[in-house]
Amino acid sequence: MDALAARGNRSRAYPLAGNAIEFDRVTLARGGRVVLDGVSAAIRAGEFIGVFGPNGSGKSTLLRAILGLLPPLSGAIRVFGDPPARGSRSAGYLPQQRAALVDLPICGWDFVASAWRGDRWGLPLVSRRGREEVARAIARVEAQTLVQRPLSQLSGGELQRLLLAQALLGEPRLLLLDEPLISLDPHFQQAVISLVRDIQLAGEITVLFTAHDPNPLLGVMDRVLYLGNRRAAIGMVDDVITDQVLSRLYAMPIEVLRINDRIVVVAGHGPVEAEAHRHDV
Amino acid sequence: MFEYDFMRTAFLAGGVVAVAAGAVGFFLVLRNLTFAGHALSHVGFAGATGSVLIGVGALWGLLAFTVAAAVAMGLIGDRLRQRDIAVGIVLSLALGLGVLFLALYTAGAGEATAILFGNLLAIAPGTFWSLVALSAATLLALGVISRPLLFATLEPELAEAKGVSLRLVSVLFLAIVAVAVAEAAQVVGVLLVFALMVGPPAAAQRLVSRLGAGLALAVGLAIIETWGGIALAYATDWPTTFWIVLLSCLVYFASIFKPAIARSTTSHG
Repeated sequence: MDALAARGNRSRAYPLAGNAIEFDRVTLARGGRVVLDGVSAAIRAGEFIGVFGPNGSGKSTLLRAILGLLPPLSGAIRVFGDPPARGSRSAGYLPQQRAALVDLPICGWDFVASAWRGDRWGLPLVSRRGREEVARAIARVEAQTLVQRPLSQLSGGELQRLLLAQALLGEPRLLLLDEPLISLDPHFQQAVISLVRDIQLAGEITVLFTAHDPNPLLGVMDRVLYLGNRRAAIGMVDDVITDQVLSRLYAMPIEVLRINDRIVVVAGHGPVEAEAHRHDV
Repeated sequence: MFEYDFMRTAFLAGGVVAVAAGAVGFFLVLRNLTFAGHALSHVGFAGATGSVLIGVGALWGLLAFTVAAAVAMGLIGDRLRQRDIAVGIVLSLALGLGVLFLALYTAGAGEATAILFGNLLAIAPGTFWSLVALSAATLLALGVISRPLLFATLEPELAEAKGVSLRLVSVLFLAIVAVAVAEAAQVVGVLLVFALMVGPPAAAQRLVSRLGAGLALAVGLAIIETWGGIALAYATDWPTTFWIVLLSCLVYFASIFKPAIARSTTSHG
């Protein structure tokens, strides 16, 4: 299979029905710079997609476009058949964690609950049904013991769980998770991944999960979407994470090594994930 | 002390303003906008002195300038890195204008002192009812926007994705802040608005982490500090403003030391 589905040289890779997200020759720019140029891809409903790529390759930009926050310069995006709509209830979103949250004096419960229909006018009161839903979301991320404490006393991983609980409010059909593994230790990375996998399988939810390192996600991803050099490749791990495809996406010679079922992506000077852990556009 | 009309008016006016200042200040502190609040009060100084010059009540000039400045600030947006510098420079200009207006208005230094440091014991009945109306309007408007405001404050990116207009919420909130600043300036003066709008909410947020409790505590502390200040001023004949500012400062520093003790005993969960 030709994994490199870019540059608009073919129209629709997958049939319309059953697709959660379709990109049809989409060009996206952020801050005046084109980050994706004529990208076509389709994601089927219920798929778990790992989204990878070097810093600045447009992972966060892609998610923002799917949320309707960033209109494409050209081409069309469809989410469950419709153009992306800001404020859509079908999408749950975990933005990249922001430093501003770290010293908030507000307790976890109120923080999660602020996202429950937070777009409505009026007082921030949460109805009985809302409280049940907030409690359910908190229970799903196993954060019941955290939510009495102020955010300023939580670790990065604990905060990440609360952000995930917020993303789950409103029973979304689509989960867009932007770097949920950042600042988590390996044990907790696995916990978050299996949590997301369980939620995804239980509700037939489509998941887009951005990360720097594909290895923690190898067992759970259905397919990968790899961004780089303004292009995108979507397909099975073995078809996309290859010397040939990644060399085109990174625009330099890349070697993919397999060591004990782990993938190591090596550029001229060493593993490319080593450049990771900076915040992305 | 309640046998005097001016004392009763002072307690009522101080209480009415404290409720609005505490509630608005709670969100101001949560949004890290305390400098903006401070700047607005200084911009208000030019408005107050200017309106005295042309023979209109100081409150109205104050209000006009703070609201106009707040809307402008909201439109600039808070992502602009240079914003605090721009705001600081504009507030210097405003203070300079205030000085000019005062120089042109030859009649009184007393008026200037009242604008700068407040004079709660000399509130006219007309001003009192204006303050009641403004407080009610402030609280009502805050009530209407508080839900998206809270969401946009805690999680701006998610709020935006869920359809909250960050710009609109920011402009509306700063306009509400402007009205509250103009009110608070009647009590403690434009230079010391911080004491009423920032001190009590900042202390409250250090003491409790539930939103409802924090908001109630911020309002409660603002009222207690204001009333305590008036009572102490009555007893000592020193300025009300001095006592309010002192109480605000003491409560805030007390709140800093308290959680350090609480945290060391409960953080093992």
